[in-house]
Amino acid sequence: MDLFLQQLFGGLATGAIYASIALAVVMIYQAIDHFNFAQGEMAMFSTFIAWQLLDWGFPYWAAFFACIVISFLGGVAIERIVFKPIHNAPVLSHIIVFIALFSIFNSVAGFIWDYTIKAYPSPFPSETPFETTLIGMHQLGMIAIVLAMLGAIYVFFRFTSVGLAMRAAAANPVSARLVGVSVDWMLALGWGLAAAIGAVAGMLIAPIVFLEPNMMLGILLYGFAGAVVGGLTSPGGAVVGGFLVGVIENLASLVPFIGSELKLTVALVLIVGVLLVRPFGLFGRVVVNRV
Amino acid sequence: MATLLEVRNLEAFYGQTQALHGIDFSLEDGGITTLLGANGAGKTTTLRAICGMITTSGEVNFAGTPVMGRKTEDIVRQGIAHVPEGRGTFDRITTEENLRLGAYTRRDSAAVAEDMETVFSYFPRLRERRNQQAGTMSGGEQQMLAVGRALMLRPRLMLLDEPSFGLAPLIVQELFEILRTINREQNVSMLLVEQNASLALSLADHAYLLETGRVVMSGTSEEIASDESVRQAYLGY
Repeated sequence: MDLFLQQLFGGLATGAIYASIALAVVMIYQAIDHFNFAQGEMAMFSTFIAWQLLDWGFPYWAAFFACIVISFLGGVAIERIVFKPIHNAPVLSHIIVFIALFSIFNSVAGFIWDYTIKAYPSPFPSETPFETTLIGMHQLGMIAIVLAMLGAIYVFFRFTSVGLAMRAAAANPVSARLVGVSVDWMLALGWGLAAAIGAVAGMLIAPIVFLEPNMMLGILLYGFAGAVVGGLTSPGGAVVGGFLVGVIENLASLVPFIGSELKLTVALVLIVGVLLVRPFGLFGRVVVNRV
Repeated sequence: MATLLEVRNLEAFYGQTQALHGIDFSLEDGGITTLLGANGAGKTTTLRAICGMITTSGEVNFAGTPVMGRKTEDIVRQGIAHVPEGRGTFDRITTEENLRLGAYTRRDSAAVAEDMETVFSYFPRLRERRNQQAGTMSGGEQQMLAVGRALMLRPRLMLLDEPSFGLAPLIVQELFEILRTINREQNVSMLLVEQNASLALSLADHAYLLETGRVVMSGTSEEIASDESVRQAYLGY
């Protein structure tokens, strides 16, 4: 029973990271209808920036928030510089650019910081204040930070006029312009937010998987799985999907014939299974319109 | 009366095809002007050109300021609200959020709340549907929402593209009466595009007749309505 609970909580903690990546992917998907394959590498690069700041002697939380701001600006810059010019280009051009970004971030990170594995600190004490061995303090902290971030994002999209404008720009760009929304800047803002969310995910998972240029590969795959399971049209669904994938992945490793060797396969099976049964995801909606 | 909108030598292309061949017209402040014409005459294109939604050449002056070549969102901020063909509803958000979006460029939140009430007083059905997903409403309700959304900008000029399209005759009558009231009470000038010529002439004070991208006739609504050739071709009696 303890083992089960341990795996469950561990799953929720990594699920929080998958949920963040899934949310970032869905945000960009909503805006431009493409999967951002470079989302994980962007998050990895952000984490290296935070590591560099820490190495220069910044306190943890200063580096944490500085990294979020830098990543946000970087995301905005990527949209303005790379994606705005190819806005009307065919799907394949977008995919090529995503792959280019992926390998650029990966190799530039390797070039600057090299490929040796680095330890990344956790801001949380190593022991829980409660008498429990079921969940570590860092895992608890991960879940708390991600939940706080998700709450802030929800409030932003639900209750602020810029959040509403971003939703409008994604759903109906022509009409959005006609009410005075600058759709181009909303897209850039979306990229900035996605990059910032990815940065938080990267910094939180780095103490567990260690920092190196390929650290986000598997995580991105789980993030995609979470997004597909939850539904690409539903940001809330993607978050739930991320948590689900984290828990399923961890519990599956308890099943003797799966073990930890086939964990990654579980994510892929989930993607294919969901696409077969519910192509729009568990929470994605088929839009109903009257004409 | 002062001229609010002045269009000079407006030309537009869709790829190789020229849709507008140098259109000239003007619109008086506080007035309702209609552009009449058959399918493909260039009515919708003219409205899109005014809003900067397509690339065009020529001159468009709004309240004395040239707006040609500027971005759509900047032109909208000048006070031009476009009620587009097909209504342009944001389907997946609520009626109230649609209206809030209409006021996106405004920062005077108290006045925005007042204007929301004004819109609900013109269209009581929108108040009943305020928390309903807009895409699930009937065509008439969505058209009312489109007009209400435009009104939330506190525009000086409203561009209306086929507001009667696809609506039941009774709803159309109701809608056009409200448009007349809005014109009078809110001092909103209107540029109306319609295929239903008699309906448009009953609302507008001035009319321009377009044929294949050119203005072929203009005058007051009475003059146009009493013209023999217009009567036969567009009014059908």
